[in-house]
Amino acid sequence: MSAVDQIRLQLLWSRLIAIVEEQAQTLMRTAFSATVREAGDLSAGVFDTTGRMLAQAVTGTPGHVNAMAASVGFFLKKFPIRSMEPGDILVTNDPWEGTGHLNDFTVVTPVFKNGTAIALFAATSHIADVGGLGFGPDARQVYEEGLLVPISHLFRKGEANATLIEMIRANVRDPQAAEGDLYSLAACNEAGRARLLETLDEFDLDRLDDVGALIIENSRNAMLEEARRVAFGTYDYSIRIDGYDKPVDLVASVTIGATGVDIDFSGTSPASDYGINVPLTYTQAYASFGARCVIGNMVPNNAGSLGVVRVTAPEGSILNAPRPCAVSARHTVGQMLPDVVLGALSKAIPERTPAEGASCLYLPVLLGGRGVGGGEEFIVNPFYTGGAGARPGKDGLSCTAFPSGVRNTPVEINEASAPIVIWKKEYRTDSAGAGRLRGGLGQTLVFGHADGAAFAVSKMFDRIRHPARGRDGGGDGGKGGASLDDGAQLRGMGRDLIPAGRRLVVETPGGGGIGDPAARDRNLLERDIRAGFVSESAARGQYRLKSG
Amino acid sequence: MKFEARLAVDIGGTFTDVVLERRDKSLVTVKTLTTPNAPEEGVLIGAAEALFLAGLNPADVGVIIHGTTLATNALIEKRGAKTALLTTEGHRDTLEMAYENRFEQYDVMIDRPPPLVPRWLRLPVKERLNARGETLVALDEASVIASLPALEAEQIESLAIGFLHSYANPEHELRAAEIISRAMPRLSISLSSDVAPEIREYERQTTTVANAYVRPLMERYLRSLAAGFQSRGFSCPFLLVTSGGGLCTVETAARFPIRLVESGPAGGAVLAASIARRLDIPELLSFDMGGTTAKMCLIDKFECSTARVFEVDRSYRFKKGSGMPVRIPVIELVEIGAGGGSIAHVDALKRIEVGPDSAGAEPGPACYGRGGENPTVTDADLIAGRIIPEKFAGGSIALDARAADAAMTRAVGAPLGLDAAAAAFGVSEMVDESMAAAARAHAVEQGKDIRKRAMIAFGGAAPLHAARLAEKLGLSRVIIPEGAGVGSAIGFLLAPASYEIVRSLPMRLDALDEARVGALFLSLRDEASDVVRAAAPGARLAETRTAYMRYVGQGYEIPVPIDLDGAVAPKKLNENFERAYRVLYGRIIPGMAVEILSWSMRISAPSPEAARVSAVSDLREVAAGASLEVFEASTADWRRYGVHDRSLLAPGDKIPGPALIVEAQTTTVVTSGFDALIDHARNIILLRKADA
Repeated sequence: MSAVDQIRLQLLWSRLIAIVEEQAQTLMRTAFSATVREAGDLSAGVFDTTGRMLAQAVTGTPGHVNAMAASVGFFLKKFPIRSMEPGDILVTNDPWEGTGHLNDFTVVTPVFKNGTAIALFAATSHIADVGGLGFGPDARQVYEEGLLVPISHLFRKGEANATLIEMIRANVRDPQAAEGDLYSLAACNEAGRARLLETLDEFDLDRLDDVGALIIENSRNAMLEEARRVAFGTYDYSIRIDGYDKPVDLVASVTIGATGVDIDFSGTSPASDYGINVPLTYTQAYASFGARCVIGNMVPNNAGSLGVVRVTAPEGSILNAPRPCAVSARHTVGQMLPDVVLGALSKAIPERTPAEGASCLYLPVLLGGRGVGGGEEFIVNPFYTGGAGARPGKDGLSCTAFPSGVRNTPVEINEASAPIVIWKKEYRTDSAGAGRLRGGLGQTLVFGHADGAAFAVSKMFDRIRHPARGRDGGGDGGKGGASLDDGAQLRGMGRDLIPAGRRLVVETPGGGGIGDPAARDRNLLERDIRAGFVSESAARGQYRLKSG
Repeated sequence: MKFEARLAVDIGGTFTDVVLERRDKSLVTVKTLTTPNAPEEGVLIGAAEALFLAGLNPADVGVIIHGTTLATNALIEKRGAKTALLTTEGHRDTLEMAYENRFEQYDVMIDRPPPLVPRWLRLPVKERLNARGETLVALDEASVIASLPALEAEQIESLAIGFLHSYANPEHELRAAEIISRAMPRLSISLSSDVAPEIREYERQTTTVANAYVRPLMERYLRSLAAGFQSRGFSCPFLLVTSGGGLCTVETAARFPIRLVESGPAGGAVLAASIARRLDIPELLSFDMGGTTAKMCLIDKFECSTARVFEVDRSYRFKKGSGMPVRIPVIELVEIGAGGGSIAHVDALKRIEVGPDSAGAEPGPACYGRGGENPTVTDADLIAGRIIPEKFAGGSIALDARAADAAMTRAVGAPLGLDAAAAAFGVSEMVDESMAAAARAHAVEQGKDIRKRAMIAFGGAAPLHAARLAEKLGLSRVIIPEGAGVGSAIGFLLAPASYEIVRSLPMRLDALDEARVGALFLSLRDEASDVVRAAAPGARLAETRTAYMRYVGQGYEIPVPIDLDGAVAPKKLNENFERAYRVLYGRIIPGMAVEILSWSMRISAPSPEAARVSAVSDLREVAAGASLEVFEASTADWRRYGVHDRSLLAPGDKIPGPALIVEAQTTTVVTSGFDALIDHARNIILLRKADA
């Protein structure tokens, strides 16, 4: 390749990444679902005609990282590229062929140049409601969780599939938002398509496949090189979490070798009877994200870089749950996987890996109305975070989403849109795992109904019985909790009624610490005491601070 | 006008620029070094020098207009006042929890910027309002009084008060302030209901705290500068440029110094908008490229785009989310780490990366020969023949071409197997590509098309890259104004006195309370008019009303103009919303409920008039005195470029491309795809060749 070609390839690669970022931006600005807009719970990417991903936008959720990439393969299996026509747009929310639960819709649009399909754009976003029981862990089978749309045409030759859209509208609680979100998925792919065609003209190209092959090859090599810098071997780790009704063991063995990284989850607990099961594509997304955070994190996502990290889990386990397992709250388990993978990798590269953290987002769904406390009808689904694990050389981040990259919703916005009052939202003293480097703190939240009426909460909280563990002598993070303001304890999972006049208290978990707390820098400890992050008694106890 | 001249002063990190505009519109410009310890000294020295050069006295000056990065620098360098914050009990960590997110997905080592007020100085007060501003818990005055010992013991100089829902009802904040100031009359107090009365508690608090943090410093500085001007015989009004591109008085600036943070870039954008009017080009892309960053801004219908939130100090590669958000009216622009000093290297994937690290002025690019060993964009421009070494910076800096070659070969060429010229080609193409991507993304975010625009380029590095950037963006006209090196200060002279206030009053469109909205606008008008009248006594004031609207449940509001007659009838408002929504997103959602979160009122005096520049007829083709080999990026080969001296060109001159037009501060590259001409205002206009 000549010097000029080499630079042109790089320019085109940069352009493809810019195109999918624009695609994602378009989706984020037009979406209805709060988690898409505020939290970036979406993904967007461009694929070659064989379904290999060439570029993907960096968005708020690792849950889609390669789940969407795998999904495009399923689309092509059902509708081979040669059967597609200009104006076709395909859609699915099948958890096993998409990104793991019914709320995520993936839309795929082929791109034609001179009558030939040359690429595909795909985008996924979270639609707030898909009918059924609603977003939560209580279903026993996927059928109860809402409407499943198999891979089908959303548009055929430019004509909307009116029957399908009517079916979806008739089955969900907010038909306008659902339809609006489907259109915004189609619109973002269209934005990508138009920009790609312009770019090909500018670079005087008719197809993408040759350039795509080079991008994939280049990324694969860079990723392999990064993996080979880690000492070869197999590293094991496991964590136990609360689960819905019984504890769940997540067991990983991570093998680093000349061909890359293999993560296997043999030994993991079997599928649950409730909606916290994880389809394999989602397992692959979060497990490989964990590895990618510390190995080759500057290599862009595409078929080349993603192919270097391979993830397997035994069929029938909670991490490769078959149909028709319930999967709505699959994130409560899936978001723990980076902790498992990082735990294993900490044995090989401790200088790069953090300790365990709260990891699972706390997403209380608060609702009122007929059958759920009476009173005014409302539903809000804010999200809150706990503490992240301590990091090599640094404390863990307090109240910060990891592995998810979401943003919270302001208290004032939640209070303006629903009859709730958030009486408290503050750091929890002593919730950080103690250590030479301490974990991040969790927070305490207190919710009340604005008129003192009863309301309901659907909970998907983990780490209430099994905290984030510390490393190398560091303490465990504080456990999470859910209770009434009179002290009555609530379960971590499932729906409960908050009686009239009572308030709901939610405590998010803290992150694990690293190293002996007695070895913590005394100035940092003094600062923590002054800020109220660490109490005097914990300082004297865990940190063995001598008074005076 | 009875005065002889107007004076503009722009304090930047390195230089203080002074522009004196005589009555005949001719300019005297002076650049002096910024004096960080007492910035007013640099200003007074520069002003005196400009007057001396113009042969005028202080009494001849009709107005002084000033913009400064001092507030921004104080925030970045953490040199503000010792500040405390009173918050609603149960919510003292809002400021530190921020959005509870990470701005970089794959980096586990990132940290959020630390809050300006540590937790022990965030003091809880028992009180609580709901979203309608109704009292849920009455203000407990004892809990306000209880904060006094801490404020005194910690020697707090400035206090922010930020209670929940205070945008809807300021009473609790006002009462708390009254109690505190009775006990501590000298304490500076900033209220969130005053500084940023908008819904979303985190952003309202960061804005209020940032205001409180810089306020004592800025008050001292502004008063001392005003006194300095007076004692030197200036008796004219002294006005400040805000981040929204308007002017306000010292009194307003001293109360709300946070509104001054982006005044420099705002001046540049005002200049671009003014040139748009003078040349009658309604849609422009403004492109400002200096030593460290490039800034781009869209001008539509002769106006700069504006936004309501700005991030101070994006500390992680200029990445969105890595700075501190402040809610102020601001010129909307995108800024990336791409400037003449941006350093190039090769990453693990063998890709050329440029910036955001910059070699700055010290040690500077390798070719400066001051010890800089990393190749920069300026080195690439030198190697590609775009910069003539002996003419750089008017000949004041001797450039070392060999040092540039060596650095480029070592850091970029060798790892990729390229010679210095090919490596330089790669570096300049990558930096131009990043700027093109940023400009496109910026347009997409605003639902605008970039391709039909003209570009205006200013700042030291912009004229070198403007033509290639235009090629990448498919633009066919580029304007390089005269005096581009002091563009921001020139822009200050073109800014109108104006002031904007945004206040949240959430309301669904189907339950619009027109009387309440009407009353809100009356109070906003009084407040904003007072500010503008002080800055422009006697001027005829124009008002612009805007509603910030969205579909119920969405997360972003979009600005929706309210018709000039001020009517807020639901039907009319809905029409305007749908029109604005369609422009941004291409389609509307029929049947979806609509709500308004905030309302804004902007009062402005007229802009200084800008005469239209008539079209140039009778072009004279000018032959180049010399020619040089320059690397042509679009075809990746060397071409013979004609060389011209800008100061010798006159209106009506036509310079066929390819050519270099050299001036003291910069060089305009006319690529093979363009021709250049000089218009009656001495702008260089690059026009794409018909067959290109």
